[in-house]
Amino acid sequence: MIPANFDYITVKSLDEALSLLAKHKDDAKILAGGHSLLPAMKLRLMQPKVLIDIGKIKELSYIKEEGGQIHIGAMTTHFQIETSALLQKSCPLLPETATQLGDMQVRNKGTIGGSVAHADPAADWPAAVIAVGAEIVVIGPKGERAIKADDFFVDMLTTSLQPGDLVKEVRFAAPKGKTGQAYMKVRHPASGFAVVGIAVTLTVDGGKCSASGIGVTGVSSKPYRAKSVEAALKGSALDAKSLAAAASHASDGISDAISELYATGEYRKHLAEIYTRRALETAAGRAK
Amino acid sequence: MKKISVTVNGTTHQSEIEPRLLLVHYLRDVLGLTGTHVGCETSLCGACTVMVDGQAVKSCTVLAAQADGSTVTTIEGLAAGGTLHPVQQAFWEHHGLQCGYCTPGMIMATAQILQRNPDPSEEEIRHGIEGNLCRCTGYQHIVQAVQCAAKKMKSQPAPANR
Repeated sequence: MIPANFDYITVKSLDEALSLLAKHKDDAKILAGGHSLLPAMKLRLMQPKVLIDIGKIKELSYIKEEGGQIHIGAMTTHFQIETSALLQKSCPLLPETATQLGDMQVRNKGTIGGSVAHADPAADWPAAVIAVGAEIVVIGPKGERAIKADDFFVDMLTTSLQPGDLVKEVRFAAPKGKTGQAYMKVRHPASGFAVVGIAVTLTVDGGKCSASGIGVTGVSSKPYRAKSVEAALKGSALDAKSLAAAASHASDGISDAISELYATGEYRKHLAEIYTRRALETAAGRAK
Repeated sequence: MKKISVTVNGTTHQSEIEPRLLLVHYLRDVLGLTGTHVGCETSLCGACTVMVDGQAVKSCTVLAAQADGSTVTTIEGLAAGGTLHPVQQAFWEHHGLQCGYCTPGMIMATAQILQRNPDPSEEEIRHGIEGNLCRCTGYQHIVQAVQCAAKKMKSQPAPANR
């Protein structure tokens, strides 16, 4: 499988990438790790005329904590996140998500920025970035702006990125207090993508849940925050019964669950409930 | 056309290529290094695994142009001076293959696993080779080969550049 022809330009700075994007507009695509874009191009699902390779911009690859905020550069690979001592300590949900994503070779090359920008409905990162309440920092012709992960994913393969924009980093407040997190997925046996993926972060205060973030991927054409689950958890004692009751809301309001040969929409919604319960139980256990 | 310079198994090659040329086709069709196999072409099977700057990647999902300025190691570059790399030797001894199609990729992936974790558990080995499909062996002998390679590499470390 060979992609259609394109012009290939390597850039060394963000400014250079932005000016090329402004020049070529919708004819151009940003190439990060290439592990979403190149497969789509090989299938001729995408045929950009120009590829702007940002792989050589080293300053887009970082994981750092500053003033209570964790910043992850767009070109940070899944492997770097999986093995980050900083994240393993302060937000283990992200390494746990990374280690279940694709396979070793894919994690070596694929990037978090590329994955969120591609917005595959079965990708793993969307659930995690929604759960931690992340913002996607975007840089475009008018400068920099931050988009809440909840608003970033618009539809299948569609984000709120505008022409000329590129993803610069993912940032979020470092979890504080007594927290427990978990990512659990039903892995598609052939592709490894999430049939259903549930990311959970819980904050516990005095034995009760004071705050939570639940991100769901795979179920619908866009990842979502399970707000009814979060509402049910607020102030709850995190015992098995209350966790199961909260999890029963995992697909509330979802009318467009993805149905295909491997899993029907009803089955996905069922899995979402089961895996939300399991992820909640695991996260609650870790918070103790 | 784009000019690239890639160091493969210690030799630097200057080539003029189409930007859409995939690294696996560059290695096989331009450089004649056919040890790297083309399997699924969809980044799933791992038969095309090579090291680019020390990272195992699926070369069917990397443009040759992206490898410009990089150092690539393929299965042909693993043995040092006619002596098999300990991973190759272990696959031989434990018969970690049947038809051999997945073997170059499986060995490159194993080299990466052991480089990062010299003493992996069986679970870690199976997680590590998740991106490499074998349709013959059922993986049992492959896992045994990786375990054996880990032991070998503890007693006779591979050359530093491999």
